[in-house]
Amino acid sequence: MKNLKNISLALLGLLVISCNNDEVVVPPVTNEEELITTVKVTLTNGSNSIVLQSKDLDGDGPNAPVVTVVGNILANTTYVGSVQFLNESVNPADNITEEILAEDEDHQIFYQLSSGLGTITYTDNDSNNKPVGLGFTYQTNAVGTGNLVVTLRHLPSKSAPGVASGNIANAGGSTDAEVTLPITIQ
Amino acid sequence: MRFIFSFLFGLVSLFAYSQFQVSGKVVNKFNEPMENIHVHTHGKTTSTDVNGNYTIYNLKEGNHVIEFSFSGYFSFKQKYFLKSNLIINAVMIINETQIEEVAIQSKNSNVTKSQKENVISKSTIERYGSQNLGDVLKEIAGVSALKTGNSIVKPIINGLHSNRVVTLNHGIRIEDQQWGIEHAPNIDINSIQKIKVIKGSAALQYGGDAIGGVVLLEPNLIKTDTLIGKTMFSLHSNGRGGSAATSLFRTKEKGLNWNFNASMKYFGDRETKNYVLSNSGNREQNFSGGLSYQLAKHSMSMYYSLYNSQVGILKASHIGNTNDLYNAIVNFQPAVIEDFTYNLAHPKQEATHHFLKFQDHISLTDFSSLDVVYSFQWNNRKEFDVRRNSQNTNAALDLDLKTHIFKVDFQTQKGKFELKNGVNLFLQNNEANPFTGVRPLIPTFSKNEIGFYGVTNYNFSETLVFELGGRLDFSTIEASKYYLKSRWNERNYDEEFSSFIQSEVGNQYFTKPKFNYVNFSGNIGFKKTFHHDYIWYFNMNFASRNPNVSELFSDGLHHSNGQIELGDMKIQQEKSFKIASTIIKSWQQTGFEIHPYLNFINDFIFLKPKGFETTIRGAFPVWSFEQTNAVLSGIDIAFNAVILKKWSYNVGAAYVNGWDASNHKHLIDVPPLKIMNGFKWHEKNWCNFKAEVKNEWVFTQNQFPNYNFSANIIQNNQLVAIEVPISEPPKGYNLWHFYSEIQFETSKKTNLVIAFSIDNLTNEAYRDYLNRQRFFVDEMGRNFQVQIKFNY
Repeated sequence: MKNLKNISLALLGLLVISCNNDEVVVPPVTNEEELITTVKVTLTNGSNSIVLQSKDLDGDGPNAPVVTVVGNILANTTYVGSVQFLNESVNPADNITEEILAEDEDHQIFYQLSSGLGTITYTDNDSNNKPVGLGFTYQTNAVGTGNLVVTLRHLPSKSAPGVASGNIANAGGSTDAEVTLPITIQ
Repeated sequence: MRFIFSFLFGLVSLFAYSQFQVSGKVVNKFNEPMENIHVHTHGKTTSTDVNGNYTIYNLKEGNHVIEFSFSGYFSFKQKYFLKSNLIINAVMIINETQIEEVAIQSKNSNVTKSQKENVISKSTIERYGSQNLGDVLKEIAGVSALKTGNSIVKPIINGLHSNRVVTLNHGIRIEDQQWGIEHAPNIDINSIQKIKVIKGSAALQYGGDAIGGVVLLEPNLIKTDTLIGKTMFSLHSNGRGGSAATSLFRTKEKGLNWNFNASMKYFGDRETKNYVLSNSGNREQNFSGGLSYQLAKHSMSMYYSLYNSQVGILKASHIGNTNDLYNAIVNFQPAVIEDFTYNLAHPKQEATHHFLKFQDHISLTDFSSLDVVYSFQWNNRKEFDVRRNSQNTNAALDLDLKTHIFKVDFQTQKGKFELKNGVNLFLQNNEANPFTGVRPLIPTFSKNEIGFYGVTNYNFSETLVFELGGRLDFSTIEASKYYLKSRWNERNYDEEFSSFIQSEVGNQYFTKPKFNYVNFSGNIGFKKTFHHDYIWYFNMNFASRNPNVSELFSDGLHHSNGQIELGDMKIQQEKSFKIASTIIKSWQQTGFEIHPYLNFINDFIFLKPKGFETTIRGAFPVWSFEQTNAVLSGIDIAFNAVILKKWSYNVGAAYVNGWDASNHKHLIDVPPLKIMNGFKWHEKNWCNFKAEVKNEWVFTQNQFPNYNFSANIIQNNQLVAIEVPISEPPKGYNLWHFYSEIQFETSKKTNLVIAFSIDNLTNEAYRDYLNRQRFFVDEMGRNFQVQIKFNY
């Protein structure tokens, strides 16, 4: 019994010693390579240009994305459109668009417009002659309001029915970005 | 009291018919006396003494059968006619194939006196050789499985799981990131000879926080002089794979003992009735070996095991956001179905677990002993995710967990008292790799604990044992973690925990949260044996469990199941008070066991679906750890009967009710009512042929809380408000399983067992409430299995 007591005292001592490393070691902060903070859609027709943006600087954090629209979309107009994906939580910002371009067979961007707001047509292709969606044209209709949902899918099945023409229903894959942008056609 | 009993007994004997006694001596084939041999005749039992002698008194005139049995030996039966005192001697012969079977529970091998131990034997474990620990534990009524797909299986004991179930390998608790629901115990089932399950926290020497129960994985303890080996192959149709395992044991009464075990598993994609479960394959490579040296007073042993596994995570469960989750639930069809492959793609998990243990068992006197144990565990877990940049094959989560456990246990017996006490030192360090490119879900932390326990038994009489135990644990946990400032504010941490903040880095705080805990656990109960082999266990215990790292610090998107999981530093210890009783009756032909229990858990910690948070990837469902006062009540029933000699029947049923007393609703993730029926047929003359048909009937869980949440998703290019139906459990199911085996004696000492079995005979398509992938896919379809086992 006395032995036992000695042993436990020794152990307690060990515990105290092991708990006594008080110096603060700051481990490196994790660089979130996968993070996309910003989706930026640009529409241009001559001098008329519109920028629609959704930005969420805290990533998976609780804050909701901040959506901004600069410029006016006009009725019955054909716009040349492009989209950019950025990680603005780091300085300088990471341009994720380049990563998508480098692996364009594995990515596709889908554009879903509320009904009556016009049509979006892909203008780019990957090496398999399937659309990527970084470039597109937007033909607006009459005056109206609604939403444009921009979705970046990773590893979609590009040859599934309808996917090449921009229908997301059969695309599969996983969603890397999905933003809802308000559209007001004047 | 005993005096009065024996007096009455004597009186009765006087009036009874003439009574006789049977006595004799039991030896082994070397004519050495055998101690502790179980002797049974006409409802009376005894055991042999040191010299192999036994006597059974007060037997009536007539025809009787006497049976001698001991684990690892052929039982020896003899008919006799009694009309005068008789001497029956027996020679026990080793049954080489049975030597690893469960040893008869000698008095001291029981971990707790007042709680029933459920034991799973070697032969049952072998049947599950290519599956997981969680699968084999389902054999016990009251234990169900919490699954993530097919290869990740965790036990649920009386409705409780994960950190509430302590799993011990060779007496040491396995530290393998067991907080995670999708983290299966890192143990190779082939390295285990015997499994004991204690439903509750009474096994205080192993920790005071096992609110759910304790699973003990034990080695072979036979000390007979022998060398035995076993090689086993299993082939499965579903998954188109199988396993191979081989082991060799050298055991001696004195001197050097050794054993080793090696096994591997290899499976491709599993299939349901209707489709392939893409990326559901798995692999395992395991090794374990032990050495021990027996001296007169010391028994020194060393054990090492290596567990290595790679498990694919179902592609269809890798969802993007609430949109995908909603579609999966509503469509009832997985989003990804590919052709069968053996390849493991991302997402997947890789786990490596090293386990090393040194022990010295010192016999101080004939009645007391001291055990000094040191163990080291090194667990590495890597979780790989589908990355945008496919060149990047780094793990998304990379955790390195190192645990040292040092313990001293002292055991003594004095008269009617038995005493066990000891001290336990636990030092743990977890390193979350910061270079994975993904914010770690679990932070770097260190955890230190010291615990003291004492358990005493008092044997009032031969038939009544009283148990009292207590345990005190002091622990501290210190983490170093980055919090997004937005998360820190959302959790309202500033008020209470601002002192944890060390510095600011960009939009994050670097923090060092530190918590200290004191836990007291206690246990009181008894075991009463009535005549006719009725046994009554009764136990009341109090235990408390500290919040684990995930409950405190979880923070972020769980990529493998597309949900945001949030811990909370405000979470307090949960405290459990449990009353449990077990009544056992075993006749010669039939037996039953009833285990009712009532468990009050204050500040019960559970993961609650909370709604969603919108990120740039869309809306994600949020699950957050919360606390409530819970009451779990239930009953486990088992019954078995031998009908017509060759036929036997067994049934096991388990019901548990989980109630959230604070919110007046049911608890989430409580197992539904389950009934297992089995018919067995055993024909010894046909090469020991055994056949078994089993029916597994799992009811629909109608007792569930409604945590459905509404979200806006895109349907037909429009944002639509919908309700995400995550709460409703899937329908119940009824499965049939078949098992058969045949045994060939290849020589006197060797035999070959060939087994054929079919799981899910009718190829049922069903989903299970306790499978985290139930939103996405069906369970596995029919599986044919062939097993060849060579014992030598």
